[in-house]
Amino acid sequence: MDILMPQLGETVTEGTVSLWVKAVGDSVQPGDPLFEIETDKSSMEIPATCAGVLSEIRVAKGAVVAVGTVVAVITEAGTNAQAAPAAGASAAPAAAPATAVSASAAAPLVTVVARAIDPQQAVVTPARNFGPARRADGVVITPLARRLASQNGVDVTQLTGSGPHGRIMARDVTAERSTSPARPMPASATAADILALYADVPHDVLPVDGMRRAIARRLLESKQTIPHFYLTVPVLLDALNTLRSDANVALAARSAGQKLSVTDLIIKALAVALQQVPEANVIWAEDRILQLRRADIGIAVAIQGGLVTPVIRDAGGKSVTAISTELKSLSTRARDRKLQPAEYQGGSIAISNLGMYGVQEFSAIINPPQSAILAVGAAQRVAVETADGGVRFASQLTVTLSCDHRAIDGAVGARLLGAFKAAIEQPLALLL
Amino acid sequence: MAELTYRDAVARGIAQEMARDPDVVLIGEDIAKAGGVFKATVGLYEQFGPRRVRDTPISEQAILGAAMGAAMTGLKPIAEIMFADFAAVCWDYFANEFPKSRYMTNGQVKTPLVVRLGNGGGARFGAQHSQSVENWCMMIPGLKVVVPSSPIDVVGLMAAAVRDPDPVIFLEHKSLYATKGEVPDGEIVDTLGTAKILRPGKDATILALSLMVPRALEAADRLQAEHGIDCEVIDVRSLVPLDTQTILASVARTHRVFTVEENPRLCGWGAELMSIIADEAFYELDGPLVRITTPHIPLPAADVLEDLVIPNAARIVETVLRTLSN
Repeated sequence: MDILMPQLGETVTEGTVSLWVKAVGDSVQPGDPLFEIETDKSSMEIPATCAGVLSEIRVAKGAVVAVGTVVAVITEAGTNAQAAPAAGASAAPAAAPATAVSASAAAPLVTVVARAIDPQQAVVTPARNFGPARRADGVVITPLARRLASQNGVDVTQLTGSGPHGRIMARDVTAERSTSPARPMPASATAADILALYADVPHDVLPVDGMRRAIARRLLESKQTIPHFYLTVPVLLDALNTLRSDANVALAARSAGQKLSVTDLIIKALAVALQQVPEANVIWAEDRILQLRRADIGIAVAIQGGLVTPVIRDAGGKSVTAISTELKSLSTRARDRKLQPAEYQGGSIAISNLGMYGVQEFSAIINPPQSAILAVGAAQRVAVETADGGVRFASQLTVTLSCDHRAIDGAVGARLLGAFKAAIEQPLALLL
Repeated sequence: MAELTYRDAVARGIAQEMARDPDVVLIGEDIAKAGGVFKATVGLYEQFGPRRVRDTPISEQAILGAAMGAAMTGLKPIAEIMFADFAAVCWDYFANEFPKSRYMTNGQVKTPLVVRLGNGGGARFGAQHSQSVENWCMMIPGLKVVVPSSPIDVVGLMAAAVRDPDPVIFLEHKSLYATKGEVPDGEIVDTLGTAKILRPGKDATILALSLMVPRALEAADRLQAEHGIDCEVIDVRSLVPLDTQTILASVARTHRVFTVEENPRLCGWGAELMSIIADEAFYELDGPLVRITTPHIPLPAADVLEDLVIPNAARIVETVLRTLSN
């Protein structure tokens, strides 16, 4: 039986075999852990689904392979030795049979012939999109023209199409390329160029793992395809700090060890704000917008080698203590890379808090397909004017909301931020 | 090297395999002493005798039932269903028996047989004797489907079909039987699942099958001579397995694709190929995918009408010109 690289999550296209639990020749039972894989944001143990002997390991530890790749072969021991050659005989003529080597002489092993995949069954959809098929002015761009323009740094908004109804075709892109030699170099220098440039500089080479690759791909896609705009407001924190101290005193009396953090309260405040401004709780889905009826809030967690954004579902409907408990559990498992894909997918908005590093304020990149992200800076002591014209010092956070303008307009984003600010500055409602 | 008709190539291909393997037998209506209704099996009875070349009653179900039994018990039968339209009479064998037996018995029962059918129109046989049924056969998982267009391919693909361990549907075109082509001497064995680039070109890819292949070649010559358009013509030859590599590589060179299909338009073989191209080669496409097919109608018997509805060189030229000049 061929063991395939599973797909963990619908946008995941490849995974890294991070550990082989079994070695060639080991016998396995259904449910025995076989190997561990690391995908975009998690690592997971893959169990055997049949009994037999692990006769072949095709993918070495650390290798990145596409979903569906045969990573190992389990030979079912002692059964049906006659039927197996027939399975091999059906290989298409073009197939190059790879014969597995049995490792254990003790078990009556059969030879398993790996069958090349019938090309008709294996339709491979392009992994990348090269931009919209229709320009804002209605002009259609052919798929080839889109790819050529994208790969050669040609701006399709500047082209005149020569096809029917002004359609932009490949020839229009190539003509543009040949007439404008002064264009800047394509954005992506090749890896060879980069290696050459730094060849003489002492350096270490760090491998790019699945998570790093996913971060690179998704955030590049986000910055290139999502029209971000940014809204920044100061938020006074004193009332929240007072409430948090009081709440923690009460909690200490009730259950040992549990303490609310500022982050817990910020999650709740953002959820409350989303409930008050549902127009901001939206997802851009190309030809439509999904307005979510629940505040699912992602929270960026820095982990060894990258970050992951687990999502707290229905944060609006949960108490702050429940959010606090859930966040602890998610963060711990995120750091161990044990999150399930369902735990970090979805949501409409995320929070990135760099306050603990002393960052005063910053702008975050939206984590697609979400539509917004709230960047939270460090609390500062600032002088504020009091009601009677005097001056006092107060704790103040600076938060910046990054919005996807396709789905959220400036006024909607501003109202969301206003509701958030109010929830933090009059925080008692967060506990009700 | 000899010049052979497509009809004689059928007999030559069968003879090659029968001489090589005593398990290969031939059954069908009037295929023995009469040499076949289309004269595609002339001489085989004389060469291999009545035990291996057998006439059957006029019952397609009996022919295919006998072939299946023979295949299950160790022979490699070649069965002829005279007109491809009659596949519908014995469709249970096509759809349920041949293609499923190996799967359902976990490989214990194999049906290594070949069904030859006289396919296609152009011979004024009317709506029930002129259909192109390659798309019917293509849709059944477990069947392999071969549709040769030239005498040399008939011989080589016949050998590949007979030697294949699975049921292979071998569609001969009635209007190609009289066409001629060079066939080298000696044993010829081709490979299922391989397409052939018959005419390289850079401006557009034309995918064709069977009788549509010579018509596509004629159209490509005219497009080149009269309009300076350089078309690549690919004979798909085998629908299952399908040579997507050759097809997708061609699309990546030309960026425009046409199919020329004799089967009626709905769910024709080109629809499946175009869907694969639209998916895998999307960013190679510089224009719409265009299918040139017989319309979705019963074929007329009247000569002018039949000639009007089946794609011909003029229609291919006109469609390619209109599409590319847009």
